[in-house]
Amino acid sequence: MSALAVPDLQVAAKEGRATVRLSGALLTEFLADMEAPFAQAAPTENHVDIDLSSLTAFDTGGAWLVSQLRARLQAQGTEVQITGAADHLALIETVATATPEETPHELPEHGRWEWVADIGRKLVSGWGDALSLVSFLGQTLAGLADVIVRPHKVRWASLFTHMQDVGFNAVPIVALMGFLIGVVLGFQGASQLQQFGAEVFVVELIGISVLRELGILLTAIIVAGRSGSAFTASVGSMKVQQEIDAMQTLGLDPVRVLVVPRVLALLIMLPLLGFVANLFGLFGGALMSWVSLDVNPGMFLTRLHDNIAVKHLLVGMVKAPFFALVIGVVACWQAFQVKGSSTSVGQRTTSSVVQGIFLVIALDALFSIFFAQLGV
Amino acid sequence: MSDIPERDAIIKVRGLRNQFGPQVVHNNLDLDVWRGEVLGIVGGSGTGKSVLLRTIVGLNKPAAGTIEVLGTNVLTAPEEERRKVETRWGVAFQDGALFSSLTVLQNVMAPMREHLKLSTNLMKELGALKVSLVGLPQLACDKLPSELSGGMRKRAALARALALDPQIVFLDEPTAGLDPVGAAAYDDLIGELQRSLGITVFMVTHDLDSLYAICDRIAVLAEKRVLVEGPIETMTDVDHPWVQEYFTGPRARAAQVKGIGGA
Repeated sequence: MSALAVPDLQVAAKEGRATVRLSGALLTEFLADMEAPFAQAAPTENHVDIDLSSLTAFDTGGAWLVSQLRARLQAQGTEVQITGAADHLALIETVATATPEETPHELPEHGRWEWVADIGRKLVSGWGDALSLVSFLGQTLAGLADVIVRPHKVRWASLFTHMQDVGFNAVPIVALMGFLIGVVLGFQGASQLQQFGAEVFVVELIGISVLRELGILLTAIIVAGRSGSAFTASVGSMKVQQEIDAMQTLGLDPVRVLVVPRVLALLIMLPLLGFVANLFGLFGGALMSWVSLDVNPGMFLTRLHDNIAVKHLLVGMVKAPFFALVIGVVACWQAFQVKGSSTSVGQRTTSSVVQGIFLVIALDALFSIFFAQLGV
Repeated sequence: MSDIPERDAIIKVRGLRNQFGPQVVHNNLDLDVWRGEVLGIVGGSGTGKSVLLRTIVGLNKPAAGTIEVLGTNVLTAPEEERRKVETRWGVAFQDGALFSSLTVLQNVMAPMREHLKLSTNLMKELGALKVSLVGLPQLACDKLPSELSGGMRKRAALARALALDPQIVFLDEPTAGLDPVGAAAYDDLIGELQRSLGITVFMVTHDLDSLYAICDRIAVLAEKRVLVEGPIETMTDVDHPWVQEYFTGPRARAAQVKGIGGA
């Protein structure tokens, strides 16, 4: 291919006829330069010839310019005739027929009060989401109840796979997290309590905060980030691949096949993980107390045994199944909201983790109030 | 169909070898694509039709051989020259491969943004023109790929492939998964665009109707190479079991009747 000549437009008028002569390569890549000359070409004669015969190259972009020019001139009542190679003329006709009547309009302008409407829209969609989430919770609970009443309906293979993913594989991270929390509490407690000479109360500090609150809460947060996101991503991709539609046509209930084993696995494993976190939290705390406060492990254990009632452990553990339910239901519900494309999977996975963690913390706050009112 | 004025090879493949582990897909494959023709690539499953397409457009690195597109050896050319060639071809993938987070119009504008220095308004106008050239309503411009039907997605992918006014368009199974009416309309569209825009079309297909309706020439992949190439009428004379079965089977006869009737 020879080097492409920069296109040129020249207007000449003679005996009441104007000629627009185009030369060079009238291609899309030169469109930006040619737009102005084409817009300025305004012959006043009643008859205009557009001469394409000196063009060396021509494409849809060029054809579009020519057809726009013709349309503009014709709108003024000018008679326009185009001459040139047959395939150039055919291309102009193709483009002219295809050119949309009006250019696609911009998104509607945001008015001054648009934000009010926006609040309304968000409220309505939020309310719709809340209703849909509650109904999904209901479906899941029904599925769970069904499985509990009729244990032969449990999908064991699926349940055990998820139990391994959600529980067993999470043991190292949860144990490490628990240990570090114990260490931090021991260290912070030590530096504060030493000022009052009340070092020995570090045992109560660690025991109560780990067993009652932190062990299970932080485990739930880790599980929400780890397994909640995995649930949404895997079930969400199944939604994109129409696997869930396929299940429905096969007479399988997606909630029972996909959601129940996952939620059940969480219900079983989250309390166990929480217990692991508690153990390691106490271990870390005991270690730190020994190192920085000279509270030896024997003393730590005795004090723990004498002063920390079992109810603190129970208060903590009783929350675990509720957290598990919240994490599992939110993750699977988000997955079912996936629409169309894989972008949506990413968005839903993010919301799943954010909502899961938020709801776990909110629920924990409710439990605190509840237990405070009960006086336990 | 249309006459081919001169045999000017726009794509030249020589001695191509593709290999995945021990499995050799192509061995010593030669192929010429002539300027302005519609070339249909056919072959049984696993004969490497899509691999050939992917290799020519640079998505798959061959083990040996040379590929020349528009006079540039795309395997050895420096990055800058390769980019230049890339703006001269458009590829429409089987399921569209549209960017899912962009609207149809934005998809069509994406290559323009990258390669042309045009104002946004001008790009919008040209984008809208391409969308309407491929027979999509203007309403489709603001839709996301996920909101389109399979056939519309294929058309939108073609619009994106045409965005830079390429000289060559690669189509991977353009009519797969379309209903016969939609497939025929798509065939007509390709034929019409090819004639009016003067593009060269490299088309991997299974669709006998497309072969009869719009392909000037057919290349059959078998035995790891281009077994035979030529106009479809010559295919029935080829003495090879797969080719015989493909072009003289009941489906081929039906397509032939339709193709002749339609042409």
